Amino acid sequence: MRHILKYLKEFKKESILAPLFKMLEALFDLFIPLVVASMINNGINGNGGSNMSHILVMGSIMIVLGFVGLACSITAQFYAARAAVGVSARMREDLFAHINKLGYAELDTIGTSTLITRMTSDINQIQNGVNLVLRLFLRSPFIVFGALIMAFIVSPRAGLVFLVTIPILSVIVFGIMKASIPMYTAVQRQLDKVLGTTRENLIGVRVVRAFCRQKDEMAAFEGESEALRKQQMLVGNLSAAMNPLTYVVVNLGIAAIILVGGYQVNDASLESGDVIALVNYMSQILVELIKLANLIITVTKSLACVKRIDEVFLEQPSVVQEHQFMIPAVPGAPKLEFRDVSFTYKNAKEPSLEHISFSVHHGETIGIIGSTGSGKTSLVNMIPRFYDATEGKVLVDGRDVREYSFGQLRNKIGIVPQKAVLFKGSIRENMRWGRALASDREIYSALEIAQAKDFVDAKKEGLDFSVAQGGRNLSGGQRQRLTIARALVKKPEILILDDSASALDYATDARLREALENDTQGATTLIVSQRAASIMHADRIIVMEDGRVAGIGTHRELLEDCQVYREICMSQLSKEELGA
Amino acid sequence: MSKNVNTKNGEASRETIRRVLLMIRPYMPLVILSLVLAVISVALTLYAPIITGKAIDQMIGAGHVNFEAIMPLMLRFVVIIAATAVIQWLMNVCNNKITYNVVKDMRVRAFNHLQNMPLKYMDSNPTGAVLNRVISDVDQFSDGLLMGFTQLFSGVVTIVGTLIIMFVLKFQIALVVVLLTPLSLFVARFIAKRTYDMFQLQSDTRGEMTSLIDEMVGNQKIVQAFNHQDDAMEQFQAINGNLRRCSQTAVFYSSLTNPCTRFVNGLVYAGVGIVGSIIAINGGITIGILSSFLSYANQYTKPFNEISGVITELQNALACAGRVFELLDEREQEDDSDQLSLGHDVNGSVEFRHVDFSYIPGIPLMEDVNIKVLPGQRVAIVGPTGCGKSTLINLLMRFYDVDSGTISVDGTSTMNLNRNSLRSCFGMVLQETWLKNASIRDNIAYGKPDATYEEVVAAAKAVHADSFIRRLPDGYHTVLGEDGGILSQRQKQLLCIARVMLKLPPMLILDEATSSIDTRTEQRIQRAFAKLMVGRTSFIVAHRLSTIKECDQILVMNDGAIVEQGTHEELLAMNGFYKELYMSQFAH
Repeated sequence: MRHILKYLKEFKKESILAPLFKMLEALFDLFIPLVVASMINNGINGNGGSNMSHILVMGSIMIVLGFVGLACSITAQFYAARAAVGVSARMREDLFAHINKLGYAELDTIGTSTLITRMTSDINQIQNGVNLVLRLFLRSPFIVFGALIMAFIVSPRAGLVFLVTIPILSVIVFGIMKASIPMYTAVQRQLDKVLGTTRENLIGVRVVRAFCRQKDEMAAFEGESEALRKQQMLVGNLSAAMNPLTYVVVNLGIAAIILVGGYQVNDASLESGDVIALVNYMSQILVELIKLANLIITVTKSLACVKRIDEVFLEQPSVVQEHQFMIPAVPGAPKLEFRDVSFTYKNAKEPSLEHISFSVHHGETIGIIGSTGSGKTSLVNMIPRFYDATEGKVLVDGRDVREYSFGQLRNKIGIVPQKAVLFKGSIRENMRWGRALASDREIYSALEIAQAKDFVDAKKEGLDFSVAQGGRNLSGGQRQRLTIARALVKKPEILILDDSASALDYATDARLREALENDTQGATTLIVSQRAASIMHADRIIVMEDGRVAGIGTHRELLEDCQVYREICMSQLSKEELGA
Repeated sequence: MSKNVNTKNGEASRETIRRVLLMIRPYMPLVILSLVLAVISVALTLYAPIITGKAIDQMIGAGHVNFEAIMPLMLRFVVIIAATAVIQWLMNVCNNKITYNVVKDMRVRAFNHLQNMPLKYMDSNPTGAVLNRVISDVDQFSDGLLMGFTQLFSGVVTIVGTLIIMFVLKFQIALVVVLLTPLSLFVARFIAKRTYDMFQLQSDTRGEMTSLIDEMVGNQKIVQAFNHQDDAMEQFQAINGNLRRCSQTAVFYSSLTNPCTRFVNGLVYAGVGIVGSIIAINGGITIGILSSFLSYANQYTKPFNEISGVITELQNALACAGRVFELLDEREQEDDSDQLSLGHDVNGSVEFRHVDFSYIPGIPLMEDVNIKVLPGQRVAIVGPTGCGKSTLINLLMRFYDVDSGTISVDGTSTMNLNRNSLRSCFGMVLQETWLKNASIRDNIAYGKPDATYEEVVAAAKAVHADSFIRRLPDGYHTVLGEDGGILSQRQKQLLCIARVMLKLPPMLILDEATSSIDTRTEQRIQRAFAKLMVGRTSFIVAHRLSTIKECDQILVMNDGAIVEQGTHEELLAMNGFYKELYMSQFAH
């Protein structure tokens, strides 16, 4: 809520002018029945008999009022649109900037998919809400109370009828709305269930058919659909009562006005034209109350969205940089060192890394192996500060990673994540994510090492080949090789391959490792893998199990004295290879 | 040319309308009732202003108000109002009933149809697209249908009824209304036409924005890893600026419709007032009739303003219905319930004879494949990713049918077998773990719904899943949530294996069944599998070559074809593709 006001302040002029003009329009609307009354009272039943010119004057006034009202409301719509769209654009930009600052830990807890819905549909909903509020939140109550006041001016006794009718109408309109909102939520939930059942069925179609369960699936779906139908009927029939009920109340009000009006006409305190005007005001009220109720629904929805967006804004990055300066390396220090590092994910009960210590020298190739969930990825994620260690220190070039600016630290490191993600744009643009100014020659040499040159050359557009969003127009293996090349373009001091050869066949994987060894000399390389064959030739191997180091050493050393490593190898390698 | 397209669309939508009507047919009595109620309620609604008009006519002036006439009129008024309200509500209830029943029928039919459709449809259409048809298209259709019933018909009846009454009361005033009202339609059309392009532009830009957000926020971790935030921000700001500009005009133009139609309605109202008053001066009508006219002018414009919106909504609903019908028109698999059934005592010999198969007609994949598997044999299928290993499974299970040649089980061609009976002979564990959003017990017993609790526990124990299941809050009754929700990949896979262990089918298909299980558990499960495989014909897809060396037969696949076939030793001796594959895993 506070946030919305902050943005509205940036559009002060628009947010004041829009409702103001809307109110002016409403004011003119309120005059119409009086004009009509005058037309009838003085034009048709005038004291001196009929008066044609008065009718024409009043008629022209009505038309003029119409034009002025139109002009006002167009002005109002214009400012409302400007404010609403402006607020949403500013909000979207701030949110995007904020997300760019969040760390991996925050991204994990919020989840990227909900961030996307918040940036898109939630903000659109807010835009809608702001637009409607600026247009209606003054106008509708203004007309309701205006009509009430007008009625009192015309006839205080008839005004009393309004005073009774308005609360009853409000109770009906808002009562039905209030009762039906949770019911609509229930309908939505049930619809989600139907969707879930269908989705599950489509994804598991092979299993369903393999176990011949189609008939049961149909019965379950029928059950969910029937439950949905029942809920829809229930809320539908309730909402269906709104129009008839309000119709009854408004018309009872009209009947009362006619009776009261009749008495007043009889004692000459009112004329028949005034009675018509009162009937008219009564009809105006109903329309506006229904608009108001709908507005409240929209506002409630928008406020929920505002809250969801505020939640994101409240999320503060846990990993922050102290400063933006470059700092020099400590001479003679190892390239990379873990000093008694422990790490627990936010909201996790158990630590994912416990007391990890090791150091790596310049140019060394390190293999990291272990089963899923053993902490391999968590370990390498500590190095570029995707997460900060809960205990202990990670050092690069002899300095705690927390001393570096993000820019300096992450420029030293080239990482190839597990998930091979590419972005929309040409291959060249994707490669330049590594280094903005990389030349084609540098890109080609990276592609060559990553075993990607052949298939890029095979494309007729070469580096200009345009990659679809998410790299959909490339195969998994091709994507993976391009992500490796992207990291190599950076000419990183530390290269991290996080299980990034999983989509490659053994032969390509082997050629890749050979090329990495020969052509990226000087780079310190960390290879994370589940395949023993991928890391067995590394200078040293770190074996991870349950967040702890189970052993560090060469292939041969570990075969000798690391039980975990031996088991992994035995399940994957042949006897000849074990002995080699 | 555009005319051609139009008539073609016209035909298509006529056909859709016909089919929608067919779906409504079972509820015909309700539809008729609803229509009758609509006519009555409109007639009563139109009658009410006449009564109030008559009452006003009884107020001639001070001391000349005829209460004897007004009282009974008001009594009649109240009765009519009450009757109208009840009838309106009943009509709405009828409409709800028709709409929600039709929609449910449609959805159930679509779902049931999916159960009988060839898998090719699910494989070649993204899940999201199919879901859209069954869920959101049907939902939008329901909104449109309900709107059509409640607003279109009673709207038309109101317009026609009001016109008739106005012409009967005083045709000159009616003429004013008839001549002025279309202005609002004209204005609305004019605005809609102008706004259309703006909205098109807005939705295109919004699409651009969404896909950028999708990329940059969805892959935020990579953006950060490459320090790409500033570039991303620049890109974002450019699109955001564009979006702001075109949204502003789109929102503004579209919000003009209401004030403009309201303005035209004001003109109509003023016209009725002026012309009516002039006629009243000349004694053509009473003030009461003028007041009826004024309230008709309000009543009549409302459905008139709404009708263009309702028609757009209906067109949209028809388009949605059309998409659902498209799904329903997809060919089902032919019914095979009268085909042969395999008993449970299948011995498990499988033979492929001259099998040809392709997913896309004209692009052959498998050509003249011949495999002979003896009962109880273990067959491994190996090859690089995407070589067609899963195609073999698709054919064995008859998820797809061969183009020519035969696959036979126990000497009977699978084409002559009832699909369900064929599939029950196989126990299948796939790499993608699929579990239902149901309890663990229901999931393990998925292939054998009548299994006892003890049997379920025994199956879980066999795959070393019992201990983790017991540690869950509700043990075997824990409900998993969507996609197996609370479980890790490894645990999900264990449950999938338990599912097969419980069913104990005569033949097995294991498609990278242990890929996400850690090495230690894998070894234990392999032992369980080994026990299970004794005497059962098994097909094993694996990428770890070391796990398949003991198989009786190895099929080496590449580019959809079986390139080599034999035992491990035989294949190594061939010095071919298998050897290359095998050696490459140790290459340096």
